[in-house]
Amino acid sequence: MNFTAILAIYRFEMARTFRTIAQSIISPVLSTALYFIVFGTAIGSRIEQVEGVSYGAFIVPGLIMLTVLTQSISNASFGIYFPKFIGTVYELLSAPASFLEITAGYVLAAATKALMIGLIILATAFFFVDITIAHPGWMLAFLVLTCLSFSLFGFIIGIWAQNFEQLQLIPLLAVTPLVFLGGAFYSISMLPPAWQSISLFNPVVYLVSGFRWSFFDTADVALGWSVLAIVGFTLACVLTIGWIFRTGWRLRA
Amino acid sequence: MQPILEIDALSKTYAGGFTALDSVSLDIAQGEILALLGPNGAGKTTLISTVCGITQPTSGHVSVGGFDTVRDYRKARELIGLVPQEINLEPFEKVINTVRFSRGLFGKRRDDAFLEKILRQLSLWDKKDNRIMTLSGGMKRRVLIAKALSHEPRVLFLDEPTAGVDVELRRDMWDVVRTLKEDGVTIILTTHYLEEAEAIADRVGVIDKGKILLVEETAALMKRMGQKEMRIELRNPIASVPESLSAYNLRLEGEGCRLVYSYDRQAARTGIGRLLRDMQDADLHVADVETKQSSLEDIFVGLVAKGEAA
Repeated sequence: MNFTAILAIYRFEMARTFRTIAQSIISPVLSTALYFIVFGTAIGSRIEQVEGVSYGAFIVPGLIMLTVLTQSISNASFGIYFPKFIGTVYELLSAPASFLEITAGYVLAAATKALMIGLIILATAFFFVDITIAHPGWMLAFLVLTCLSFSLFGFIIGIWAQNFEQLQLIPLLAVTPLVFLGGAFYSISMLPPAWQSISLFNPVVYLVSGFRWSFFDTADVALGWSVLAIVGFTLACVLTIGWIFRTGWRLRA
Repeated sequence: MQPILEIDALSKTYAGGFTALDSVSLDIAQGEILALLGPNGAGKTTLISTVCGITQPTSGHVSVGGFDTVRDYRKARELIGLVPQEINLEPFEKVINTVRFSRGLFGKRRDDAFLEKILRQLSLWDKKDNRIMTLSGGMKRRVLIAKALSHEPRVLFLDEPTAGVDVELRRDMWDVVRTLKEDGVTIILTTHYLEEAEAIADRVGVIDKGKILLVEETAALMKRMGQKEMRIELRNPIASVPESLSAYNLRLEGEGCRLVYSYDRQAARTGIGRLLRDMQDADLHVADVETKQSSLEDIFVGLVAKGEAA
């Protein structure tokens, strides 16, 4: 195992994060704080409790998930797309490093950054709403697994993308709607029965539900399904990346 | 002694059907400098990319230092350094960080003293904290070389390293190449500057349409194929070569003012003395004489033309 290579990629990517600190961290924290102000404080004060939790507190897990998902995808997709775009990918392909090591370097860096942002947002939430975490261990586990799995997904998007437009395509057209319709700002039990059934096809529902359970001990779907969904998604991403590196799809001529 | 690089029947056909490499076989000894010459699209870069693992071969085998580049890719790649043709660098990164990254990527522990030595050798030490986007084209090319050398490779591929580089920098690079050779590093370079190959390469390989046309020691090649020409300027123009000089196979140029005589410099008798005497007998008066050695470029153009005709 070439741990030195993993560390080299990780450090290089994290250096980029700290070099662009405003864009990397301050910007998502600021936009999330605005969500708290608008949905939590301004509108939320006029909404009654949801499943026994004040609306301001209820949206905290969803908001964290929204940011963590989009950040994980954008960090990892940009991380591998940029070397492809500027041509430095030749160095990765000619290095004595396996697909697992290269992926680990990029994905761990992207997940670290997303996790940092998620935790900063959680800390920010304490300034706006009164919140307690029922299962802190599960909360951290869900957060870390979500960062890792969606960083893996972002890595695949970065390899697939052939231009900057494609890089933004899936996050904008698929991920953001899925998160918004995945119960980030509401409980799916508030939907009509037909829409509740349709929502169960949205994988983000399971993530948000599991994550919200770790905060408030209430969930839209059973915890086991949430764990299965995120572990299954992670495995599917790992297998896809393994295939990409074995075949050289969109990487090697 | 086992060659450090062995290429055996290597072929590459792209998805569109274009064959970039056609059963290329080549052995390169340790510490050797091989210049790979060929016109654009000949297969030089594909050959390098395939050996380095960037391009997947259709068939054939490559081993570096005895390690197969597919089965033992880690050990094989640890031995290889690559300076690509394009200036591919992360523009916002500092020079020292990008070189450190390359060393780490190839599995070597951080060694700032070694990197300082390389950067000083390439006159980059005072630029180590500069962002790459602020460097000139020549400096960026030096950074590419520093990155390729950062993990102490035993085989270095230089894909047109002096393209677009000024004369001074080109000479500096030649010095670096010579120093690396003294350290036992094997160097394979592709170039369009044939005088570069002539000056520093131990052997020259000519590739065209994915096939190796020739691999030979530079000096032997020059000796074998290097023709010398004598250009004789005449005081008075002539309409045609006189019958008495037909045995010399002379060429008449410059509107009848110049006779060109090709001869083998290594031959026991060049025939120059007899030609000049016969010219005097034919009443041709010599105004000036100039001799010219065939360059590697002439040989290369001749070989490629012959390959196209075949």
